[in-house]
Amino acid sequence: MAQVTLTINDRKVTVDEKSTVLDAARQLNVKIPTLCHLNLHDLKINHTNASCRICMVEIDGRRNLAPSCATPVVEGMVIRTHTKRVLKSRRKVLELLVSDHPFDCLNCYKSTDCELQTLVNEFGINKNTYEGFAMSQYPVDESSKAIRRDLTKCIMCRRCETVCNNVQTVGVLTGYKRGFEAVVAPAEMKGIVDTKCTYCGQCVAVCPTAALTGISYIQDVWNAIFDDKKTVIVQTAPAIRVAIGEEFGMQPGEIVTGKLVAGLRRMGFDSVFDTNFGADLTIMEESAELIERVVKNKDLPILTSCCPGWINFLEYQFPDLLNIPSTCKSPQQMFGAIAKSYYAEKIGKKPEEIVVVSIMPCIAKKYEASRPEFAPNNVPDVDFALTTRELAKMFKEAGLDLNDLPEEQFDSPLGESTGAADIFASSGGVLEAALRTAYEKMTGKKLDKVDFVSVRGMEGVKEVTIDIGGTPLNFAITSGLGNARIVLEKIRSGESKYHGIEIMACPGGCINGGGQPFIHGDSSIIEKRMNAIYKEDSGKKLRKSHDNPSIQKLYKEYLGEPLGHKSHELLHTEYYKKHGS
Amino acid sequence: MAKKINSYDDLMNYFKEKEPLIRNRIDLTDKNQKRQILVCGGTGCHASESKLLVENLIKLIKDKGLSDKVSASQTGCFGFCEKGPIVKVFPDDVFYIEVKPTDADEIINRHIIENKVIERLLYEEPSIKKKVETQQEMSFYKKQERIALRNCGIIDPETIDEYIANKGYQALGKALTAMDQDGVITLLIESGLRGRGGGGFPTGVKWSLAKKNNVPEKFIICNADEGDPGAFMDRSIMEGDPNAVLEAMAIGGYAIGASKGYIYIRAEYPLAIERLQIAINQSREMGFLGKNILGTGFDFDVELKYGAGAFVCGEETALIHSIEGMRGEPTTKPPFPANSGLWEKPTIVNNVETYANIPPIILNGAQWYNSKGDVKSKGTKVFALAGQINNVGLVEVPMGTTLREIIYEIGGGIRDGLEFKSVQTGGPSGGCITKEHLDTPITYENLISIGSMMGSGGMIVMSEKDCMVNIAKFYLEFTVDESCGKCTPCRVGNKRLLEILTKITNGNGTMEDLAELKELSEVIKDTSLCGLGQTAPNPVLSTLQYFWDEYVAHVVDKKCPAGVCQKLVKYEINAKCIGCTACARVCPVECITGSVKQPHVIQQDKCIKCGACYTKCKFNAIDKN
Repeated sequence: MAQVTLTINDRKVTVDEKSTVLDAARQLNVKIPTLCHLNLHDLKINHTNASCRICMVEIDGRRNLAPSCATPVVEGMVIRTHTKRVLKSRRKVLELLVSDHPFDCLNCYKSTDCELQTLVNEFGINKNTYEGFAMSQYPVDESSKAIRRDLTKCIMCRRCETVCNNVQTVGVLTGYKRGFEAVVAPAEMKGIVDTKCTYCGQCVAVCPTAALTGISYIQDVWNAIFDDKKTVIVQTAPAIRVAIGEEFGMQPGEIVTGKLVAGLRRMGFDSVFDTNFGADLTIMEESAELIERVVKNKDLPILTSCCPGWINFLEYQFPDLLNIPSTCKSPQQMFGAIAKSYYAEKIGKKPEEIVVVSIMPCIAKKYEASRPEFAPNNVPDVDFALTTRELAKMFKEAGLDLNDLPEEQFDSPLGESTGAADIFASSGGVLEAALRTAYEKMTGKKLDKVDFVSVRGMEGVKEVTIDIGGTPLNFAITSGLGNARIVLEKIRSGESKYHGIEIMACPGGCINGGGQPFIHGDSSIIEKRMNAIYKEDSGKKLRKSHDNPSIQKLYKEYLGEPLGHKSHELLHTEYYKKHGS
Repeated sequence: MAKKINSYDDLMNYFKEKEPLIRNRIDLTDKNQKRQILVCGGTGCHASESKLLVENLIKLIKDKGLSDKVSASQTGCFGFCEKGPIVKVFPDDVFYIEVKPTDADEIINRHIIENKVIERLLYEEPSIKKKVETQQEMSFYKKQERIALRNCGIIDPETIDEYIANKGYQALGKALTAMDQDGVITLLIESGLRGRGGGGFPTGVKWSLAKKNNVPEKFIICNADEGDPGAFMDRSIMEGDPNAVLEAMAIGGYAIGASKGYIYIRAEYPLAIERLQIAINQSREMGFLGKNILGTGFDFDVELKYGAGAFVCGEETALIHSIEGMRGEPTTKPPFPANSGLWEKPTIVNNVETYANIPPIILNGAQWYNSKGDVKSKGTKVFALAGQINNVGLVEVPMGTTLREIIYEIGGGIRDGLEFKSVQTGGPSGGCITKEHLDTPITYENLISIGSMMGSGGMIVMSEKDCMVNIAKFYLEFTVDESCGKCTPCRVGNKRLLEILTKITNGNGTMEDLAELKELSEVIKDTSLCGLGQTAPNPVLSTLQYFWDEYVAHVVDKKCPAGVCQKLVKYEINAKCIGCTACARVCPVECITGSVKQPHVIQQDKCIKCGACYTKCKFNAIDKN
């Protein structure tokens, strides 16, 4: 690609011609503050709205200041990034944003994690210049179990809109009203519960302020922990252990499994278990289902069903395909179902005496836990789903710093797992785990090389053909709902030649879930988490789900066979056509 | 079924056949021809029942068996809206004003049958204080030159034959048969025509940028989203000469290589929409739109797209997004529409008046056009005169005409003998110009240099009775209402400007507020995403610059010198009060006390400053301070 040379603050820089002024400045390590801009290179998500007007710079020969994020470089351009005029304008623009934003950082969900607050700090703005003038008024939307919308904090960066419409193709969020009243909201300002929102939480992940946050269950969980009459157990999803360290200043990708267990135990949970157990169990059922459908050549391709955001997407947008996903519940729900049956019997408790808390990288898991079909006799299998971020806050509240904690082991029996379960956290992992088991079950041979490298990576749509005992099987792996739509449309039109498709709602998989620590525009963090996941897997002695002794014991003592009667009752579900605007 | 025109020769033959239709409206020397009565059919005159007037005339002509001696029809706007409805009798060249439907009888019986001019319907020319019969004698018309409005007041806009009779579609024919694409573009560049929507970008250069893109699909858009308060130049052109817009768009399509055009018009312009649709239908039937136009192999068609009246949709990128079915919001430029516009295809967006100038330029040549006007601003410009001026209406003058000529000669000066204070040009994006700049020749550059801009041609004249702080507030109310809300400076900044202005007009302003007004205005101009935001503070900045004392009076003395800002006005009863009690009876809050035949008193703490007592008092006994 052609290169152009320009001058920024009297320094020359040569960049590729498709670059923006902001890209060029970054190449020189010249920092230009941004707010609405979001460019997640590794996930191919680029939001260049140029609406906040914080990143303004002075360009010779131009009448007005230019937004560096959206201004293409031109040969010979001369740019200044911190002149009196630039700094005055940026400050004024920030003062304007602040003047229509509640000055309530002390009790805000996003305090210390808010990009607006960070800028206000950096600029040293400590008062509202326009005190007493109008402020936007909107009621808070807490209609759903998962996402909280407080539009008084919306700064119209439109990142959520781009993610909802262009990346996820869910199409719930749009610019609403005009002028001073403009915000991003569902059409007609409907409550989120009345829309076709999948609760994937990618909008929450990219929101720079607290306009979009998860619904918090922190207090409910503390109450349960301190309730002597309850047995409170916790499960943690595979993606948590490679991300929560970031909340304690550790490097992205640092694996903190043992410290996480120690922290949870110190918080007061009666037993600390692992969603990985549920993941291994899922593989037992799902690989059996895959084999059955391939053998019978029926209802293909089979689609994975671990991701509740994706399941919501299916129920709203592809109701004609409800028959093809695997009927397996997600690992979270399988864990909950086993905890409140098998495990409850083992410890001599009634299901209602046990509280299952799950720590998830996900916002949609909060909704999934609340689905009525997952609450037999009105007792939910999973009582509360917390995000990685919520757990980090609870640790901090209790004075627990992961840096200082020892490494401990999960409790038995629901804490034992294999490497196959770890990789559920990243795009391609569920399929790879299923293949490790399906291969051995189908061929009767031992699989020596367990790494299916071709299914891994951040690419949004991956297609692979895997030979299993002489039978070539075609698979697709997609992450991001917009990518899911591509393959689902193929199924709808009859073009699909796939036997199985793994779908994860969040780009890159659960490592980039809506409940994970905020990445603030640095998509390299996702790759580091992904690498850590595969490292965790490769370090395990057992790397195939069916080798998990606790799982083997569970089938022997309680479930019988995969897809058997008891399994169907506890571990499988069905899907429903849904309507939303 | 209309005749299909298959070639340029066909067109020229048809022109010769139809030319007599309007011959006596252009050549006024042959007084023996059949008479024609033309009635203004613009929106303003329509509202004063001009349509009924035409119907009455037609009925009378028929009833009296005069059909071979006289006809009556409607035409486009004459521009003299102040005195509408306008009626003009050809070839007599008699110009009647303020004609009512009931005047039809007298026009037929007296003027047509008895050959007598109806004195009472004539205009009295103020400069000579005498009634005059012809347009040429009226100061309102003396300095005007009509190019964009050439057919308004001459042809019936609903009859394509009359457009053709005045050389309509000959420019298209000439371009398609005698010029190549670059030839058309070069001619336009040489003519010096610049965008009449406000920006003033050279039209030919814009076309050449779009032509350079070698892609199969391009678009031509006509921006008919005229939104400045008080502006109706484009509406009048579309109502009075819709075919001119279609012809120019087809020429543009040929020049850049587009076969599809859209007219983005606000739904609040029903008459313009109706006439454009009639013109599109007739033009398609005759083959000026559609496939293989004039047998040259060139295809072009036009579709109307209705806007919902959002001001920001006049900004070209917002307009394009609106046509695409998206939220009407601007996007950052570059890319410019000429490279990536509608559906990311090269697109030309020109305003109605710009298009209206193009056919005569093609027919008469670049030199003809660039000999008119000023050094950098060529040709003519249409202005909508409004406000405290005697002759409200639509005028077209050569560029370089001074503001004084327009306001005092054409506009007839300030109403009620009041003192001129300021003229606002460029609509909400423009600024207020003072007395000292009245002799400035109007050009794009000159207006910018005195803190205003050309804009689309709104010209609002203000007198000593207008409060300039309140005027700035009025424009800000408009832009705050019309901001799309996308970028911070426009969404929040303009709102804050308005709030500060409101604070000042309520008597709560401080000198710090004035400093903030200026500083904030400059930042909004410098950082807003689109033209709406970048120009919205202009009314504030120009009034701050030229009427600083008036701001200070509001802030320091807590007084509104023009007596407009209600909260700053104080009503007091003076010694002239005879105790008639009229004021006390009209007061809605009963705050005036006093007995009959005794002086009354206004209780200031209760007074809501509605002014009812002031208006009611016949004895000048109430002072307004």
